[in-house]
Amino acid sequence: MSWLAVLVLVLVVVQIIAALFSVWQKDLLLAALGTSAISVVLSVLFYLLQAPDVALTEAAIGVALSTIIFVIAIKKTDRYEE
Amino acid sequence: MRKAIAILLLAIVGYYFINVFIHMPFGEKREGVGKYYLENTVKETGAANVVTAIVVSYRGFDTLGEVTVLFLAATGLGAILFGKRGEKRRLQGASVIVKTTSMMLYPMVVLLGAYVFVHGHLTPGGGFQGGAIIATGVLLMFMSYRHFNVSHNALTWIESLAGLTFATVGLIGLALGTTFLQNFLPLGTPNDLVSAGIIPIIYIAVGFKVGAELTGVLDNMLKTIR
Repeated sequence: MSWLAVLVLVLVVVQIIAALFSVWQKDLLLAALGTSAISVVLSVLFYLLQAPDVALTEAAIGVALSTIIFVIAIKKTDRYEE
Repeated sequence: MRKAIAILLLAIVGYYFINVFIHMPFGEKREGVGKYYLENTVKETGAANVVTAIVVSYRGFDTLGEVTVLFLAATGLGAILFGKRGEKRRLQGASVIVKTTSMMLYPMVVLLGAYVFVHGHLTPGGGFQGGAIIATGVLLMFMSYRHFNVSHNALTWIESLAGLTFATVGLIGLALGTTFLQNFLPLGTPNDLVSAGIIPIIYIAVGFKVGAELTGVLDNMLKTIR
């Protein structure tokens, strides 16, 4: 296996861990941060797959803007899931 | 019971996704329209970035539709939140470290966004990405300073003028050539900043439009927190 394939595999595993963390976390603020971690790793993956245009979009929209929308929603409702 | 049904549905969806992606060659075969774009884009449009050439030139009409969708979404959000938002953001003030850092980062983030959309036809990125980066920079300031304000009048003007530029450039192409968004400027040498005809003009307009729209959306949403 080439080093690139190993790197991609590691990144995908990190993504799955972050996704499971977001689903099981009762503190919704941390869950929102988990989804933004998924986006960070996803943008690296897009870059590795030679799609830098999509990587830029994912970094700006997925990491910053959609996380702040989650945070605003949490601020207006409850922070903890029952 | 519900969980079992959910897992079953997800398994079926996953099975079909695997079947689709397992047969998809990544960067091996280049056939049909993809091959055509890779071979002829630089010659036909003068843009070094093939993705930008497809988004703005070959599929320029779709991009006009996308920009319209974003405009409608921002307008709809503003209409829904109009009665619910206060006059000011009522966030707690940030600490001195956060304030100083965002003050120093803000011009650089905006500069990066402008760079991304001005060089859209040369390097990765373009109007949408650059506009989103600029909105991120403004968000940094929104979150650190309670009294940092943007004028919604100015945002509306920027948005309207940028949208008008896009449509006007397309209509000039229709008048002088044969189709909407037909190129009517000299192509220049590929890889120069001033090249690729109308592509940079349109992407700069899109960058301003997206930046202004997302800034307006963020301002509207942050003002609903009381």
